[in-house]
Amino acid sequence: MSADRMAGAGRSNKLLRALLYSVLILFAVYYLLPLYVMLVNSVKPLEEIRQGDMLSLPTLFTLEPWAKAWSSAQIGVQPTGLKPYFLNSVLMVVPAVTISTVLGALNGYILTKWRFRGDDVIFGLILLSCFIPFQIALIPAARILGMLGLAGTTTGLILIHVVYGLGFTTLFFRNYYAAFPTELVRAAQIDGASFFQIFRRILLPSSAPIIVVTVIWQFTNIWNDFLFGVSFGDFDSLPMTVALNNLVSSSGGVKEYNVHFAGAILAALPTLVVYIVSGRYFVRGLMAGAVKG
Amino acid sequence: MITRKVAALAACAAMLSVTAGNAVAADTVEVLHWWTSGGEASALNVLKEDLEKKGVTWQDMPVAGGGGEAAMTALRARVTAGNAPTAVQMLGFDILDWAKEGVVANLNDVADQEGWGDVVPAALQRFSKYDGNWIASPVNVHSTNWVWINKAALDAAGGKAPENWDELIAVLDKMKENGITPLAHGGQPWQDATVFEAVVLSLGTDFYKSALNDLDPEALGSDKMKEAFDRMAKLRTYVDDNFSGRDWNLASAMVIEGSGGMQMMGDWAKGEFLKAGKKPGEDFVCIRFPGTQGAVTFNSDQFVMFKVGEDKQKAQKMMASAVMDPVFQSAFNVVKGSVPARTDVPNDAFDDCGKKGMKDLAEANSSGTLFGSMAHGHGAPAAVKNAINDVVTQHFNGELTSEEAVEELKNAVAAAQ
Amino acid sequence: MNRNRLQHIIPKLVLSPSLALILIFVYAFILYTFYLSMTDSRMLPSYGFVGFENYSKLWGLRHWWRALSNLAIFGSLYIVICSVLGLFLAILLDQKIRGEGFLRPIYLYPMALSFIVTGTAWKWFLDPGIGLENTMHQWGWTGFEFSWIKDRTLAIYTVVIAAVWQSSGFVMAMFLAGLRGVDSEIIKAAQIDGASNATIYRRIIIPMMRPVFLSAFVVLAHLAIKSYDLVVALTGGGPGQATELPATFMYSYTFTRNQMGIGASSAIIMLVMIFSIIVPYLYSELKPGRQR
Repeated sequence: MSADRMAGAGRSNKLLRALLYSVLILFAVYYLLPLYVMLVNSVKPLEEIRQGDMLSLPTLFTLEPWAKAWSSAQIGVQPTGLKPYFLNSVLMVVPAVTISTVLGALNGYILTKWRFRGDDVIFGLILLSCFIPFQIALIPAARILGMLGLAGTTTGLILIHVVYGLGFTTLFFRNYYAAFPTELVRAAQIDGASFFQIFRRILLPSSAPIIVVTVIWQFTNIWNDFLFGVSFGDFDSLPMTVALNNLVSSSGGVKEYNVHFAGAILAALPTLVVYIVSGRYFVRGLMAGAVKG
Repeated sequence: MITRKVAALAACAAMLSVTAGNAVAADTVEVLHWWTSGGEASALNVLKEDLEKKGVTWQDMPVAGGGGEAAMTALRARVTAGNAPTAVQMLGFDILDWAKEGVVANLNDVADQEGWGDVVPAALQRFSKYDGNWIASPVNVHSTNWVWINKAALDAAGGKAPENWDELIAVLDKMKENGITPLAHGGQPWQDATVFEAVVLSLGTDFYKSALNDLDPEALGSDKMKEAFDRMAKLRTYVDDNFSGRDWNLASAMVIEGSGGMQMMGDWAKGEFLKAGKKPGEDFVCIRFPGTQGAVTFNSDQFVMFKVGEDKQKAQKMMASAVMDPVFQSAFNVVKGSVPARTDVPNDAFDDCGKKGMKDLAEANSSGTLFGSMAHGHGAPAAVKNAINDVVTQHFNGELTSEEAVEELKNAVAAAQ
Repeated sequence: MNRNRLQHIIPKLVLSPSLALILIFVYAFILYTFYLSMTDSRMLPSYGFVGFENYSKLWGLRHWWRALSNLAIFGSLYIVICSVLGLFLAILLDQKIRGEGFLRPIYLYPMALSFIVTGTAWKWFLDPGIGLENTMHQWGWTGFEFSWIKDRTLAIYTVVIAAVWQSSGFVMAMFLAGLRGVDSEIIKAAQIDGASNATIYRRIIIPMMRPVFLSAFVVLAHLAIKSYDLVVALTGGGPGQATELPATFMYSYTFTRNQMGIGASSAIIMLVMIFSIIVPYLYSELKPGRQR
C-alpha cells in the first residue's frame, strides 16, 4: 500500500520535474532569442538576410561580416572598423571602474564602521544620486569639464563615470559592510590599528563577493554608456558605443545588417564575458547584502 | 595696472601657445559630421585627402544618428565646454541658431577672395551668412520634392508619369489593382513630413511659402491646409500596414524590387537605386512630385566654421576654401546624389537625374520658386519644425482628423515660436 | 590622544571628496536645472527669467500627456511583470535544479547589453514583415498575426516585452539571493508541521521577501522613469507618438527641438516623480539603521 503510494508520488514528482525543466528551458529560449537572431544573422551573407527567414541557420556560412565590423567597416571618414575604439573604451572603463569601486568601498566602510552624526543623511544624499536622469547633467557637466581643462579627454570621461557611479558603489558596499561584525573592527581599534589598516586587513579580505557585484555593475554601465561618451569624448577618445552607433545608424546607404550584428556582438563581448565568468559570484554577492536595501 | 599686467601675460601666453601649437601639430581641422555610411564617407574622404595634400591633418569626429540629432547634442556639450570643433556639418536654421550664440567664425576674407557671393544661390546664402558675414561653406543642395517610380510598375499602370494630383491618384489606383504596394513609405516623422511638404507645395508655391516658410497663421489654418491633410489621408490608403518605423532605404528597396510602386523621397534615395545596379530612365523614373514642377524645396548640408584658437584658423580657412572647390563639389555630389552648392560647376560627371536636378535648381533659383524644406530644417527653426512634424505624423497615423489637424497645426506652430 | 583625534578626522576626510563631487554634480545640477526651467532657454542656456511659463506650456502639450499616460501603462506593467516573473523564475531555480549554473547566466545576460546592441534584434523580431509573424507564415502557420509594434494602441506593450526581457533576469537574481538567504531551519520546522511546499512558499517564504520586493520596486521604478534608449532603438517613439515616454520627451525638447526651458521643466517633473518614490523608501530603510 505504502509502496504503491510512493511509486505514485514518484511518478507525479517526475512529471512535475519535467514540467519544471520545460518551463525553465522555455524561458531560456525567450532570453536567448535576440542573441540568437544576432548571432545567426551575423554569419550570413547580406543576400541571404534580404531573402528572409531571420530564424533560419545560414546556408552559406561566412565570417566576413565579423572581420569587416572589426577592421574595415565605415565608422567615420575612413573605414577603420571598431578596432581603434575598443582601446578607447578599455582605457576609459578600467580606471573608472577601479576608482569608483575603491571609493565606494571606503565610503561603505566609513558609513558603517566609523559612524558619526548625520551619516544617514549623507548616505541618503549619495544614494539619491543614483536616480538623476543623466540628460540633465549634460550641459552643466560640460561647463565644469571645460573649466577643469578636461573637455574631450579620457580623464574627463573617467571623472564623469566615477561621479555617477558613486551612488551605486557606495550603496553596495555599505549594505555589505553593515552585516560585517563591528566587534572585529572595535577590537582592532583597541589594538591600535589605523583606519586604513583595519580596512585592508579586516574588511577587504572578505569583500570578494561584493567587489564582484560592484565591478560587474559598473563595468556594464560604463561600457554601455553612449550619452556621456558622445558628448565628452573627442576624436581620439570616442568609446566603442559611439562607433557602434555610427555603424548601425548611419543615415544613408545600404544597411549591412550582418555587419551591424557582428559589430553589436563585438561591442557587447567584454560585458558578456564579465557576466559569464563572474556571474557565479553575482548572486552570492547580491545575497551577501546588496538586496537587503 | 593689474589688468594691464594680466593682459600682457595673457598675450604672451597666447603667443607662446600659437608657436607651440605650430611646432607640435602643424595645421589640424577637427570635423564633426554624421556622414558615416559607405558612399557619403568616401565622398567626404575626397575632402580629407585634398586637405592632407596641403599639409592639413583631419581629425575625424563622426556621430551618426537621427539625421544629425546626436551630433547636435554632442556639439552643445563641446561648445559649452569651450572645446568647439573646427567645422561642423549642419542644416538650415540650426546654423543661424548657432550664429546667434556668437560662437561661429568669420569667413569673409576667403569668401570675398573667391567670390562665393556670385556662385552660391541666394536661398542658400540665407543660411551660409549671418548678419552679412559668411560663416559656413555649403557642400551640396538636396531637393526633397522627388518621386521615384519603378519603371516596370509604371508601365503596367499606363506608362505615363503623373503630372498632377489626379493623374497621380490614377496611377496609384492602377498599381493597387496590379497587386503591389503603390506607395512605399516609412512611418517616421521626418518621412511623413517630407511627403507633407511636397503635398503643400503642389497646392501652390505661394501657399507653401506663406504656410511653411513665413508661418502665416492664416495660411496654416486655411481650407487649403485642410485639403493638404485630406490628400495626406488619401495617400495613406496606398501605404501598406507595415509602414511604421520603416527606414527610408527599406522603402527604396521595395521600389527597387518592384513590390512597391513609388517612393516620395529626397534625391538621396537615388544612391540606393544606383547601388542596386538600376539605371535611371530604364529601371526607374525620377519625377518632381506631381504638381510641383518648376519648384524646388531644398536642404543644404553646410560646414559651419566655429571660433577656434589662432593656431587653427589657417587650417580652418583652407578647409572652407577646399569645400567650395568646384572639383570637390562635383566629385562629392556625384556620389551623394545631391547637386553642387555653386551654380557654376559643370554637369558632365552627373547622370540624367543629377543633370535634371541641377537644371531644376538653376531654374527655380532664377524664377523665385526655390524654397527651404520644412521637413529638413530649412523652413523654420527646430521647435516649429518638430511641432509641425508632430501634427503631420499624428494625422497620418489616424490620431487626428483633417479638421483637427489644421486646428492643431495652427496652435502648435504658435506655441513653438 | 592626538592619534585618536586623527582617527576621527580621517574617515570624514576620506568621505568628503565623494560627497563634494555628488553635491556639485547632482544637487547643484538639479538646482541649476530648476533654474533653467524658469528661463527662456532655447538652444543653449540663457537667463531671461520667465517664471512658471514653461510649466504651463508643458502641461498644455498633448505630447507630454501622452508621454505620461504611456509611462503609467509601461511603468506599472513593467514593474509588475518583472517582479512576478523574477520571483517565479527564482522559485523554480531554487528547486535544486541541475544546470542552474548554466541557466542563470542565460537569464541574467540581457542586463549586460545596451539597447544600442539589442534594439535592432528586437525591432526585427517584432516587425511583422521580417520577424516572428513572417517566420510563422513561412513555417506554414499563415493565420498567425503579431503586428503590435505597428499598432498605435498596442505598440507600447512591445516596449514592455523588450524591457521585461532586459531586466527580469536581474530581478530574478535578487529574489534568488533572497531565497538563498532564508533560514533553512524555518522551512524544516514547517515541513515537520506537515505544511505543503506551496503553503510554505505562500505563507512563509514569500512574505519574507518583502525587502527584496521593495529593492526591486525601487530599481525597476527608476529604470522605468529613465527608460530612453529602449524606446529610441525600438520604435523611435512611434507609431505617431504612441510610445513616447517622459525621458524621450525631455531629450527631444532639450536637445533636438531647441526648447531647453520646456525640457528642463519636464526634467524637474520627472525628478519629483522619482524622488517621491525613492525618498519615502529611503526614509523607511534608514530609520531602523538609526536604532542599530
